[in-house]
Amino acid sequence: MGVDPEMLRRLLRARDRMDQASHEEWPVGRLAKLSGVSGAHFARSFKEAFGVPPHRYLLTRRIERAKAMLRETELPITEIALETGWTSLGTFGRTFRDVTGETPGAVRERARAGGDDLASVPACIVRAVHRPNLTIAVSEKRRQEADDTNGSEETEGP
Amino acid sequence: MSQGIEVVGIYVRDQDEALEFYVEKLGFRVHTDAKGGEFRWLTVQHPEQPSFQLGLFKPGAPLHDAATAQQLNEVVAKGAMPALVMVVNDCRGTCERLKARGVELTQEPVERYGTVDAGFRDPSGNGWKLIEARKS
Repeated sequence: MGVDPEMLRRLLRARDRMDQASHEEWPVGRLAKLSGVSGAHFARSFKEAFGVPPHRYLLTRRIERAKAMLRETELPITEIALETGWTSLGTFGRTFRDVTGETPGAVRERARAGGDDLASVPACIVRAVHRPNLTIAVSEKRRQEADDTNGSEETEGP
Repeated sequence: MSQGIEVVGIYVRDQDEALEFYVEKLGFRVHTDAKGGEFRWLTVQHPEQPSFQLGLFKPGAPLHDAATAQQLNEVVAKGAMPALVMVVNDCRGTCERLKARGVELTQEPVERYGTVDAGFRDPSGNGWKLIEARKS
């Protein structure tokens, strides 16, 4: 049980790199190389250490960043989608809604209407507070919410 | 000031490594380095904050059993401890200096809300935020 602390530290380094550039593509092979382990070992250890598979972690960071940009900037939603790593507005909008339960436009409107009470908290920490808590795969979330299974997909990446 | 918080400790995986990092790389000073048996009380200070000490403590005997020490080491190594925040006058300049000394930046300086912030980690995995003081 448990992952060796030395290994955890290396997994954290790979996770930090994803945080730094969440708009980039992070296939397991690239992450594993940063940690100096095999792809299969990396994926398993990452899930054990952080509770979610690496691709889903990346998804939460992208959504977190998109939410921050919706709240803090005036950028058009299309541009936010592209800047946060999606290749199409459609996929971004659908994934965003599936993960957060709201549309990007609604998040922006709500932020403009009043926002929250975190003005005195450091900005970098506020962002993390808005990270979605994605305990199940997006595909599973879709399946649970769908009336029929026609629309479900196995992949949750952008 | 006669009353207040004097020491707050963080867990590190290796006290020699932590000492080197906080003193050589961050420019802190050693306040106390006292050894007694397996226990080592090690605190450092920010050079401009003489009333406060940051403890660099290693989980383990005699205060923790092996399983607890292992858990504490795991929590630190996976970056799950709360962020530490340091205020600096020049965030970008500080980051340049830290990078030149081989410090692992987790976030390059970003300007937002009229200030600049960045992030780095110590060798153990403790995360720091660097926030530029607002010019008032």
